Amino acid sequence: MELDPLLLSRLQFALTIGFHFLFPPLTIGLAWLLVIVEWLGWRRGDEDYVRAGVFFGKVLGLTFAVGVATGVVMEFQFGTNWAEYSKFVGDVFGAPLAAEAVFAFFLESTFLGLYLFGRGRVSKAAHWFSILIVALGATLSAFWIIVANSWQQTPAGYVVRGGRAELTDFWAAMFNSSTPHRFFHTMVACLVAGAFLVIGVSAYLILKNKAAEVARKTLKIGLVFGLVFSVMTLFPTGHHHAKQVAEDQPEKFAAMEGLIHGGTRAPMVVIGKPSDEPPRMEYVVEIPGLLSWMAFGNIDAPIEGVKDLNEDGWPTPPMVPTFVSFHSMVALGLLFIALTGLGVLLIIRGKLSQSRWYLKLLVWSIPLPLVACELGWIVAEVGRQPWVVYRVLKTADAFSTNVRGAEILFSLVGFGLIYLALGALYVFVLVRKVNHGPEPPAAEEARS
Amino acid sequence: MDLNTAWFLLIGVLLTGYAVLDGFDLGVGVLHLFARDEYQRRIHLAAIGPVWDGNEVWLLTAGGAMFAAFPVVYATVFSGFYLAFMLLLFALIFRAVSLEFRGQVDSPAWRRFWDWAFGLGSLVPAILFGVAVGNVLRGLPIEADGSLDVSFVALLNPYSLLIGVLTLVMFVMHGAAFLAARTEGDLQQQMSRWTTGAWVVFVVLYLAATSATFFAAPHLLDGVPANPACWLLLVLLLGSMVYLPINVRAGRFVRAFLASCVTIASLVGLMGLSLYPRMVPSSIDPANSLTIYNASSTPRTLTVMLVIALVGMPLVIAYTAYVYAVFMGKVVLTQEGY
Repeated sequence: MELDPLLLSRLQFALTIGFHFLFPPLTIGLAWLLVIVEWLGWRRGDEDYVRAGVFFGKVLGLTFAVGVATGVVMEFQFGTNWAEYSKFVGDVFGAPLAAEAVFAFFLESTFLGLYLFGRGRVSKAAHWFSILIVALGATLSAFWIIVANSWQQTPAGYVVRGGRAELTDFWAAMFNSSTPHRFFHTMVACLVAGAFLVIGVSAYLILKNKAAEVARKTLKIGLVFGLVFSVMTLFPTGHHHAKQVAEDQPEKFAAMEGLIHGGTRAPMVVIGKPSDEPPRMEYVVEIPGLLSWMAFGNIDAPIEGVKDLNEDGWPTPPMVPTFVSFHSMVALGLLFIALTGLGVLLIIRGKLSQSRWYLKLLVWSIPLPLVACELGWIVAEVGRQPWVVYRVLKTADAFSTNVRGAEILFSLVGFGLIYLALGALYVFVLVRKVNHGPEPPAAEEARS
Repeated sequence: MDLNTAWFLLIGVLLTGYAVLDGFDLGVGVLHLFARDEYQRRIHLAAIGPVWDGNEVWLLTAGGAMFAAFPVVYATVFSGFYLAFMLLLFALIFRAVSLEFRGQVDSPAWRRFWDWAFGLGSLVPAILFGVAVGNVLRGLPIEADGSLDVSFVALLNPYSLLIGVLTLVMFVMHGAAFLAARTEGDLQQQMSRWTTGAWVVFVVLYLAATSATFFAAPHLLDGVPANPACWLLLVLLLGSMVYLPINVRAGRFVRAFLASCVTIASLVGLMGLSLYPRMVPSSIDPANSLTIYNASSTPRTLTVMLVIALVGMPLVIAYTAYVYAVFMGKVVLTQEGY
């Protein structure tokens, strides 16, 4: 059997980025929550917040380590598996990657060392400052990566000359039309992921009656934080991002919305069964005119469907993964608002700690925002196919022609096994840390 | 100096930063395999705990900068070294997580496993970096159309393996000097002996590698003797190589460590100088070599990136120095550590 290097490289990229992308959202969300928790510990002198900071700081260290380990792969994989892509886009795409390293990686990793190991070695102000810098660094890191990826979605500020994309306008390339929308949408999603980790772990500690006085405080912070940002994933960030996709990437928009035949008063498909080859929708439940209104503020606005775009010569991305991922992501987003909203309601009515069923629900919800992040990424990347740089370079023309299928199979299996083990170990160690719980207060420890 | 040369220098600075900084924690990782007991192992890990991650970022930055400034080199070399690179990545993954996982379960077998993962995760990259450098110095079979197709086995030629072992020994020497400077008593004595021992092997291998270069990569020496910078680097290299054991003997380990830093930096500098203006010589035809001119990005990108580097790197160096200052001195084991 002939091993197809293109297919194998695509599988490897999907595996390595998909696995890596579980960790940065947790790191970013957790870091910002720790900025709040450590601030309260420092300014209010409340020992409970300090204990929470130490405890969740260890979770941050663990998550960060796995994120770094899997992130190194990403920095080099463009060169190893996507050499033709790298040669074509290097003049534009390399800049944000290098900027990420210079402006973000150094910040987060250097100050994380200071945050994790520096408690007691540096002043409390400097220690709080270090977690703030970690959070900022992680956010900047996400920014530059999204800049790079957004250029693949909506390329700008370049000209194709001599077989490669040459930079003509740095700011236009970096702040292309999708960059701000995708950055804000991804950021709030990361904050939700961090919030669900904190509230899920806190709920677990309350259920097990371990350092419950600490967990009650972090649960409240996490719920309010989670509600605010869950709402923001939908509006304004999600809504505006979708409008931007409708403007800039009509094939992706038509596929994710399940719009086969376009026109004015385009309907919003609430639910339906998509199929590929040829692209079609069955068992559709739809609301007439709503899509036109949502996307362009006018029910008479025309929107092109998959078929119309085909007639213009633009191929359709795989419908099934794009449509299903998009709709599942939106459904999860609504669930997050309901869950955190319910929690805030319980706080107001003073029944949070007694509602054990609700706390159990929170524990099981920990991974859900990560699922939503993965789904969003699938919409973004699969929805762009068959292009690697939208309407400029096809994925099929981007892979390394000098690497053999068997070699990629070897590395793919290697990554598969290593990541399976890493994932299991991460969960195992996380559960142990959580079961151990926050350390007892310093005074109590001295007495025992 | 033109833009392309400036970028060649900058990438040289990043790689030197990486070799000097991550060099010592890779060395400590290898030495960690030989630690006598759990106490010593924890000292090894605590000595590099707060800084190893930042050190590794120098490699990532060099990779990103290579992508931005010399995309053709980035694409050609990384795809050409595919399997070697994958092994490197596997090793670096294990290394990164082993420190975090090691202390989580209080079981000797568990710790033993992660000790090996950390040790081998340090040893394999040290050798592979050297092998990669050796192959680049020797030249790679780059065709006229810029394509490179080379098997993994062909990368393991004697010259490149020699450079691989040289790199490993150099990092062990560097790591031992670092640990000697940061420990006391028995462990310091032990590290002092490791430093001297590794130094002897390093000198022998260095002389062997230099002689081998005359045969394996004579193209590197063209025009080099006429370059005054080359002589300056050579003086620095030889001076620091002599200065190092003198200070180890006198028990001045911080100075010995600094000497080892200078040795590594001047060695990287010499290699860069002998390659310039090539980045990857072609072993088929010198005209096919990837140079800082035919493999680079456009002047606009190089300019933008230069601004980013000149704004960003001084900041990086400043706060890295601050964090090192916080954690320097003798290693103390605390609850927060590994």
